[in-house]
Amino acid sequence: MTRPADRSVLVLVETQAGGVREVSLEAVTFARRLAEQRGGQPVDAAVVGPLSDEVQADLLAQLGEHGVRTVRVAEHESLGTYGASAWAAALVEAAQSAASAAVVASGTPRGCEVLAHVAVRLDVAMAANAVEVVSADPLVVARQVVGGAVLEEMGLPDSVAVLAVAGHACDPEPAARATSPEVIRYTPTLSDADLVGRVARTEPAPADDSAALTSALVVVGAGRGVGSADGFDGVVELTERLGGALGVSRVVTSLGWRPHHEQVGQTGSRIAPDLYVACGISGAIQHWAGCQSAKTILAINTDPDAPMVTRAHYAVLGDLHEIVPAINEELARRAG
Amino acid sequence: MTDVLVCIKRVPGSSGEVLLSEDGQSVDARHVGWTVSPHEEAAVELATQVAGATDGTVTVLTVGPADAVEQLRDALAVGCTDAVLVEADPTALGPRDVAAAIAGVVEARAVAGRSYDLVLLGNDAADTGDFQVPVRLAYALGRPVVTGIATCQVVGDTVEARGDGPDGPEVYELPLPAVVAVMEGGVAPRYPSVMGRMKAKKAPVELQVFEREAVGGGRVRLTLPPEQPSEVQVLGEGADAAPAVVDLFEKLGVVAIR
Repeated sequence: MTRPADRSVLVLVETQAGGVREVSLEAVTFARRLAEQRGGQPVDAAVVGPLSDEVQADLLAQLGEHGVRTVRVAEHESLGTYGASAWAAALVEAAQSAASAAVVASGTPRGCEVLAHVAVRLDVAMAANAVEVVSADPLVVARQVVGGAVLEEMGLPDSVAVLAVAGHACDPEPAARATSPEVIRYTPTLSDADLVGRVARTEPAPADDSAALTSALVVVGAGRGVGSADGFDGVVELTERLGGALGVSRVVTSLGWRPHHEQVGQTGSRIAPDLYVACGISGAIQHWAGCQSAKTILAINTDPDAPMVTRAHYAVLGDLHEIVPAINEELARRAG
Repeated sequence: MTDVLVCIKRVPGSSGEVLLSEDGQSVDARHVGWTVSPHEEAAVELATQVAGATDGTVTVLTVGPADAVEQLRDALAVGCTDAVLVEADPTALGPRDVAAAIAGVVEARAVAGRSYDLVLLGNDAADTGDFQVPVRLAYALGRPVVTGIATCQVVGDTVEARGDGPDGPEVYELPLPAVVAVMEGGVAPRYPSVMGRMKAKKAPVELQVFEREAVGGGRVRLTLPPEQPSEVQVLGEGADAAPAVVDLFEKLGVVAIR
């Protein structure tokens, strides 16, 4: 039996050119805080699939800054394309060899999907959308439910805790003491069933996908207050003048005024821009779930009591169809 | 002919203020009403499209309180053919219990001669957001599963499912029978017609009672995040506020200062 202090917290790390995806660093930070609260358990990282030398060098530097002990790299000829079942098989093997007491991933669609498979394979509970550790022993976490309008304290009493960290719940923070992570390469055992449900093919990303929205530093939002599908000229112009992306509320996509990939909210994109300009959006739960991580929010709304106005940092009261064109004119005037 | 089972959940509406019950164990939806998760509205639409394309049928199922029959009728009104309500107290159940209950219905119906080639669910429920019932169900049934799917179609013995990956659209091909978890965005849910509503009133709803020993969801309690006092700074009213807004843009560095 492994002593509790020898057990680790394992984090699934998603990679990209340049090393670790930002959301995975959030998960690593969450994992390290959990490990510290559980008597200073080590943090191990797991990477699935081929890892180029270049990405590995960046990844080791980043994970070292974050205090990671080992990086377990699953290599297998079938892991070149993503499949949740195969990834989960690889992750479970890493968790077993690292004697992990917890398996953590970022709450991306992929992170949640893989962890769900891991939880079933380990026959344990899984907490999605975790935001903080309430109690380390027995383990209780707080997680977002009802689109973040409510927090649930959830107990995870099983031998291994499986946790997906809510996006933007935890800013990446380097460890007090950096490490030089050891790389452990292994070939996971994959059954035929593990290989069903892999990506059969990918398609080129359309120019109008939601990636521009989630990475934009400025997002101009538009809601029911726009009034009709023909009412977007002003907000589109403001978006262009600010070099940002347009985001809309669910009402707008449900009414067919704008496409779904522009939707910000619980069932759309979750954004964290430097500035969010919310025009004619009341700020119901569905929308707030997607925009609450914006650093600065400016609300333009006729209703001074709308949740979006009361929760914003700045507000302008009145009709967006008068205010937005006036802002555009002022921007044009100052730009000369 | 593809016979589809689509699973939905009665959840509080998301348009207003959420309150909690006195014991902190559930959401009090008296001001917001009840609906189904947006992802499940999309799943119902996809289910009717898949079945419609192959002259198949759609059974809609929920695990929840007796009042969830209202959500089943809504789904029947937009093209589902029959319904199953597994009555249970949702606060006593966790995702493992819900998956087991659905698997129980699928297996019992298969024994009775009705096999579902495709089970569709929402990706995650709008209230509990567990992200795992579809996967747990798939393992219970021994079927392949994919989540985060926007559109799907049945081609021969395969379901071809399309979703958004981190680097763009991804296509999956799963052998039937399979489980697919749907995300909003690929299809627009249809509105019920008057005829649809009439049909829904008469459509069969099979009632069952959840009789397993529940594992539960590990809930200790629900809390509301502390409401921060409003610190909004009103820059002005109407078009006259435009210079103050652009001053703010300049201060934040989102436009160049000339």
